[in-house]
Amino acid sequence: MTDIPAGTATGTPPDDRAARGAGQAPGPSRPSGAISDFGIDTTSRSSGEAVRDYLARVRGGELGSLPAVLGLLALVVVFSVLSGDFLTLGNIANLLAQGAGTTVIAMGLVFVLLLGEIDLSAGTASGVTAAVLALHLVRDGNLLGGMGSMVFALFIAGLLLAVVLAVVARMWAGAAMAAVAILISLLGLPANPWLEMLLALCVGAAIGSLTGFLVAKVGIPSFVVTLALFLAWGGVVLQFIGEGGTLGLRNDVLFAVANGNLSTLGSWVLFVAAGGGYLAVVLNRHYSRLRRGLVAPPTGLVLAKVTAILVLGAVATYLLTLNRSHNPSVVISGVPYVVPIVLALLVLGTFVLDRTSYGRHLYAVGGNREAARRAGIDVAKARMSVFVICSSVAAIGAIIYSSKVGSVDPQAGNGNTLLFAVGAAVIGGTSLFGGKARVRDAVIGGAVIAVINNGLGLLGQGAAVVSIVTGLVLLLAASVDALSRRRAAAGR
Amino acid sequence: MGEPILELRGVNKSFGPVHVLHDVDFTVRAGEVTALVGDNGAGKSTLVKCIAGIHSMDSGEVRFAGSPVHVHGPREAAALGIEVVYQDLALCDNLDIVQNMFLGREQLRGGLLDEAEMERKARQTLASLSVRTVKSVRTLVSALSGGQRQTVAIAKAVLWESRVVLLDEPTAALGVAQTRQVLDLVRRLAEQGLGVVLISHNMADVFEVADRIATLYLGRMVAELPAKEVTHSQVVELITAGRSGDLGMARPEAATV
Repeated sequence: MTDIPAGTATGTPPDDRAARGAGQAPGPSRPSGAISDFGIDTTSRSSGEAVRDYLARVRGGELGSLPAVLGLLALVVVFSVLSGDFLTLGNIANLLAQGAGTTVIAMGLVFVLLLGEIDLSAGTASGVTAAVLALHLVRDGNLLGGMGSMVFALFIAGLLLAVVLAVVARMWAGAAMAAVAILISLLGLPANPWLEMLLALCVGAAIGSLTGFLVAKVGIPSFVVTLALFLAWGGVVLQFIGEGGTLGLRNDVLFAVANGNLSTLGSWVLFVAAGGGYLAVVLNRHYSRLRRGLVAPPTGLVLAKVTAILVLGAVATYLLTLNRSHNPSVVISGVPYVVPIVLALLVLGTFVLDRTSYGRHLYAVGGNREAARRAGIDVAKARMSVFVICSSVAAIGAIIYSSKVGSVDPQAGNGNTLLFAVGAAVIGGTSLFGGKARVRDAVIGGAVIAVINNGLGLLGQGAAVVSIVTGLVLLLAASVDALSRRRAAAGR
Repeated sequence: MGEPILELRGVNKSFGPVHVLHDVDFTVRAGEVTALVGDNGAGKSTLVKCIAGIHSMDSGEVRFAGSPVHVHGPREAAALGIEVVYQDLALCDNLDIVQNMFLGREQLRGGLLDEAEMERKARQTLASLSVRTVKSVRTLVSALSGGQRQTVAIAKAVLWESRVVLLDEPTAALGVAQTRQVLDLVRRLAEQGLGVVLISHNMADVFEVADRIATLYLGRMVAELPAKEVTHSQVVELITAGRSGDLGMARPEAATV
């Protein structure tokens, strides 16, 4: 068949090529003969042009995390003007520890929100993990004695169910962690803080397997499943600890998680490791793009950005290694442990979302579930996995939170815990409609919430004002998001 | 005349009591555009989904490049080199062009996404199809026009050294200029030696690009003819009545769903 319709002959008029300008370097990947126009891809820009381009995109509604960062700066300025205590070293270190629990839970939630789902039970699920951790510590590994035989049997049965469901869904990591939780519970090994933290993490994974199975495999909307589990886990915490009871965490390691600091040397080692790693990753990506002939942002701009972040990191590290104790006989210095914990989770989460095909698939499922299914992605498994991640990370949040408080009470993880965490993710720029979320959103949003809490506390305001202000900030963040989305849609 | 690359013989498909496809024979030839036409509910989309492995066939034989095959899912179809571009575009708005083109089949390097390589290949594919309307392959799909999206969806199908591309109403939602772009692209696919199946309601489009026209009527393949041997009105009659003069079914009035 050679009957080619006339319309097929679409040569580009020669003036079209000329019109693209002489300053444009031809892309090295362009096959000879084929004519294409990837103006932006094949044209290197100067730093000035790149900055102007960025500003144009911001005006066009692509705000990213800019509003949250600006809001954070504004809050810091306001509070440091209103309260002389706000910008003291002691308070900043305290603020980091205060905000870490919420931030970490929010980091897990980011994965769930990315898929357009919600986990209302993340707060009380973290409470359950904290209660199990505390019981194991207080009862020296004897969970059976701590819970009573009936409750203990049900606890083990629940974990077994989680293993079975995870195996059915072929969620091997969830199954393995739930199995480890059973093992630790049954062995009754004496109290050991590391063992307890592992137990909490594994119980979290088991809880996530249950939630994820109900949402992804059974097909109940996540809002309903997690609303039900929010109530149920709250009851489980109460059952484990007992009405009016409190389990104190008297252990140096567990106390240090949220209250301890790295040594001065350790602080600088952390800075060198984190900063060096960041520098290596950014430069490696930049130069490998240049080497392969792909257009990269201007080298000057990349270096300026990296330098700015490294200088900030160095200043922060230096300040945190100064003595910040009010009591002359005690020295408190060093970067709080929560900083490397949050940093590690941030790096790990960002790495998973940006650099692995699993992360790419999560974005795809969040953006268009049907398209993801047609691309051969196992949508059900992806949906289940985010609940396992969320609950496991919530367990880490629970460890930090309990460590900060120093005890676990029947209200652990209840009340505002979950709502603040969701708020943190949304303030940071995560969309509740799915498809748009980054782990750093949780960190920025968590910082905003921590600053509000801490700043208003210093000003002597109670929970009433804190809640109102946090609510208004969340509303503001959602409005900025909605307006920028409208602007982006209109500017298309 | 191109070599038959995909041949279906006696394909039947029922959804519960509804018998959608009756002993359908269908041939796709390399280097040709085969138009698949038929009224709403004639079974066009069902036939495409059977070929793509989304639906299983109740009975029937499939031969791919001369040898019998059994397709049990979209991935197996893709492995053979059968790609489908769906009516409702299967693209993710929140991902960019490169990410969409490689979705589900990301290129890895050391276990990690190889963005640079994917970007290079995506641009190469778009360039080989003479796609000139996209400024950057890193543009988010949400920022693209309908025609550009369709182009990306088609380019995605070509990226994988596919041998058969099925297009389900690729121009249904497009304006005049954008339809032009997509039809040019369809023609170029055939020129590159692919077997192209075009499902369309638009007879002007069909006669412009198709080499052969296959007509489904109430789930039966009533005619599969070279486009030059039939007229516009004959095809319309085949679509609506199952018969046109000597062409089509002997007794279309006896056909039931």
